[in-house]
Amino acid sequence: MNLSAPDLFSPEKDALIIGGHSLSSRLFVGTGKYPSDTLIPGVLAASGSEVITVALRRVDMNATTDNVMQHIPSNIRLLPNTSGARTAEEAVRIARLANAMGCGNWIKIEVISDNRYLLPDGYETVKATEILAKEGFVVLPYVNADLMIARSLVSAGAAAVMPLGAPIGSNRGLQTKEMLRILIEEISLPIIVDAGIGKPSQACEAMEMGAAACLVNTAIAGAGDPVAMAQAFGQAVAAGRKAFLAGEAAVSPGRAYASSPLTGFLS
Amino acid sequence: MQIIVNGKEEVLEKSTDILAFLQSKKLEPDTVVVELNGLIIEKNRFPETLLKSRDQVEILRFVGGG
Repeated sequence: MNLSAPDLFSPEKDALIIGGHSLSSRLFVGTGKYPSDTLIPGVLAASGSEVITVALRRVDMNATTDNVMQHIPSNIRLLPNTSGARTAEEAVRIARLANAMGCGNWIKIEVISDNRYLLPDGYETVKATEILAKEGFVVLPYVNADLMIARSLVSAGAAAVMPLGAPIGSNRGLQTKEMLRILIEEISLPIIVDAGIGKPSQACEAMEMGAAACLVNTAIAGAGDPVAMAQAFGQAVAAGRKAFLAGEAAVSPGRAYASSPLTGFLS
Repeated sequence: MQIIVNGKEEVLEKSTDILAFLQSKKLEPDTVVVELNGLIIEKNRFPETLLKSRDQVEILRFVGGG
């Protein structure tokens, strides 16, 4: 298919397809750590994001807590995570419970047993992905930026691969850049950079490299003005995507190469 | 009778179905998911599912997360 430039650059024509569902925004956002959940509708509107993550937790029977769901518009796709799971078995249990909430069949697999760096357990994640994909879930696993794990996830039936840029909540950017580049090159599934992105420029860079999308939570929720930061991330992700599609000009090492003609100077 | 709800003991004066139990705790059935002795109870079965002595109940909801 030969797309003309306007078609190529329209979000509708350049849709990201996950689990048969078409998304025009390539920014996924989280719902954790906001000073107030009432900011969430503004964050979604300003960023243009169509996918949002939530976690599943025990109800505190002795406290009346705010329900995060009341702040999420019904047209937004919910991506529950399996945070708290330390094994594949626990992740599968959480995924099934999340599904019973009746908010769709997408699931972000997150299996973590390391409390200091919160690094994902690739082996358990692959096991959980295989089980849940067979049950019909649209599985988006959070993993280290590792080619062999990513290949296992493709075989296990994942709908996308979500490698980390840096440890969760660290805002340190694309520390795994070279490994992300390899995943983007080698893996046929959408690569969604999840965790560690701290600034819009870092999200933009991931998109320029050819990432399919970015998932951002802490950098937005922890910003001085989360709604304004959400808008900045939405624009950065769109700009990076457009730059990727446009095809960047060659890098020339060493000497300079004039942009203006070297003839016709005034004498 | 005693049941365990989210890891803590609860005393019920009489046998209660899940819907009534949730209502007694001022919880909207649509906002929670319930696991009874390791099995997920579909929402449409809340009214007909009775809690028995020593049942292990998990009541969960979505919260903010990344």
